[in-house]
Amino acid sequence: MSGPAPTAAPDHGAASAPRTVIEIEGVTKVYDLGETRINALAGIDLVIRRGDYLAVMGPSGSGKSTLMNLLGCLDTPSAGKYLFCGEDVAAMDDDDLARIRNQEIGFIFQSFNLLPRATSLRNVELPLVYAGFSPDERAERAFAALESVGLADRADHRPNELSGGQRQRVAIARALVNNPSIILADEPTGNLDSRTSEEIMGLFDELHDRGNTVILVTHEPDIAAHARRLIRLRDGLVEFDGDHRDAAPSA
Amino acid sequence: MRPADLIRSAAAALGNNKLRSGLTMLGITIGVFSVVGVMTALSAIGTSIDSGLSVLGTHVFQIQRNPAVQIGGPQRSRGRPVITITEARRFASLMPAEVHTINFEVQHWGVLVRHQDRETAPRMAVVGTDAHYLNTHNFRLDYGRNLLADDVELGRPVAVIGYDIQQELFPFENPIGAWITIGGARYRVVGVLEEKGSLFGGQQDNRILVPITRFMGDFSNHWQSVNIAVQAPDAESFEEIRETAIGAMRLARRLDPGAENNFEVFSNDSLRDAFARIAAAVGAGGFLISAIALVAAGIGIMNIMLVSVTERTREIGIRKSIGARRKDILRQFLLESVYLSQLGGLAGIALGVLVGNFVAAQMNVPMLFPWFWAVVAVVTCTIIGVTFGLYPAWKAARLDPVDSLRFE
Repeated sequence: MSGPAPTAAPDHGAASAPRTVIEIEGVTKVYDLGETRINALAGIDLVIRRGDYLAVMGPSGSGKSTLMNLLGCLDTPSAGKYLFCGEDVAAMDDDDLARIRNQEIGFIFQSFNLLPRATSLRNVELPLVYAGFSPDERAERAFAALESVGLADRADHRPNELSGGQRQRVAIARALVNNPSIILADEPTGNLDSRTSEEIMGLFDELHDRGNTVILVTHEPDIAAHARRLIRLRDGLVEFDGDHRDAAPSA
Repeated sequence: MRPADLIRSAAAALGNNKLRSGLTMLGITIGVFSVVGVMTALSAIGTSIDSGLSVLGTHVFQIQRNPAVQIGGPQRSRGRPVITITEARRFASLMPAEVHTINFEVQHWGVLVRHQDRETAPRMAVVGTDAHYLNTHNFRLDYGRNLLADDVELGRPVAVIGYDIQQELFPFENPIGAWITIGGARYRVVGVLEEKGSLFGGQQDNRILVPITRFMGDFSNHWQSVNIAVQAPDAESFEEIRETAIGAMRLARRLDPGAENNFEVFSNDSLRDAFARIAAAVGAGGFLISAIALVAAGIGIMNIMLVSVTERTREIGIRKSIGARRKDILRQFLLESVYLSQLGGLAGIALGVLVGNFVAAQMNVPMLFPWFWAVVAVVTCTIIGVTFGLYPAWKAARLDPVDSLRFE
């Protein structure tokens, strides 16, 4: 892929001393469903540093989605410590969480989650709209982000005029446009065929090479294999955390 | 989020659902239309009354059996005896000498007038009266002559015809001296009245003035009541003479001292007051209809906004996941309902002004734009939009981002 990379990776200082982005200690999440209480996360410790390329795996019900929602500041933990760039997320109100989501986190979803009636450019602009950028600056940055995922010529197309892979690229451009601290992808290739999946994963590899922090949530080992680090969850606990080549083959 | 972006996003959301937005707006449009239309029409009528209400001549009041204008309520005049010509004559003899203009009038409606092979529609009014009628009722002679004292004394079969009759019977000839047949009786035309125009659909140009004495012979009915018009010499003496006249009329009608007046006294001023009361009643009616329609429309807006919030749960989740705060979502949905309401209101103002001015045109009143009511309408619509949009918008803002992203 050619073209400038306007969404340059955040400045992570000396590569030899990676700074901590996320620090989680003893985090639990309990869903109270009236009669039953579900311990989705039973006490997680996790440290994510700038430049990490991380895959979160685990069978369904293991707490993957809950962890992803917590990491993405869409939800707050029931107990435990969660520091995002040193800030205590558990103590944040809705406005602070929205600001973190807007400026520090780039979400990528399995089902793309684009606004169906808006053009690619408009979709990519949306985080900048909430950040309060001027229309000119917005358009310029959004266009550059589209360019960096190779979709400059699809800026005026609506999601239903794009292929699945192209839609996911638009979503990636949207995630990149605010120069986030982490890119959080939930089953990003779940709705794509294997060839397109490989293209998208190539894009993630490239984002990581440019210095971005990437977190993939997936249940597919060959997707997870792109990451450098693997977290495997089971029953709301971290079962494995390390280089994915050392991981025991998942059942 | 910048205000311009907020406005753009709200407008886009409404545009995505044009039919639904339009139908929702319709309620507001009807509510605003009813108040703006009625108010425009009323001010047109008001202008027309102020400039055109001159049923009677200057310093004239009229005594008659029935009220000139009736607004609902029990009919006060029911069961009152008619004013007979004898009572009228007795009244005139009781009035002081300085009041020299006292006019009697008896009307007979719905007659057909014929001249040779032409005839009018049966909608003419024969008025049995005397020479004072032109003064007391604000008519002017176009040409020919007025009724004379002699005509009344001798009961001559002569007639002064209104503009309409002249138009229908004598389009090409001079009517003076021509014989016409009024409901079987023959009269000679001696004069023609100037055109006066109509007042609230009440015709004034369809009259034929004949001597009251002759009228009694030709058209008399036991239910015809005499109207008595009295002209005061000047404005200063008007009130005093009016009081005197009421006393004289009570005597002439032989009323007991404690009994209520069984007749009405009105003047141009009291007519104006009566019309003002009607206008106030109609205005209040318009207001009530408008208020009911607006509340109903507000509920419609709330309903459609709640549907919209549910339908767009996923969109709300997406927006939240990329950084929309609760207040951003709240503002977005609130602005949509305010827009819906205001657009409906603007359509209502346009429609109301159009219909109101159509009424104005019928009354020959210049075009008018009810600025005051337009501003009131816009402000009211804004309040409705906020009031009924607040709960749906609040609901949208409170949605949980995780749940709403999962919403299908």
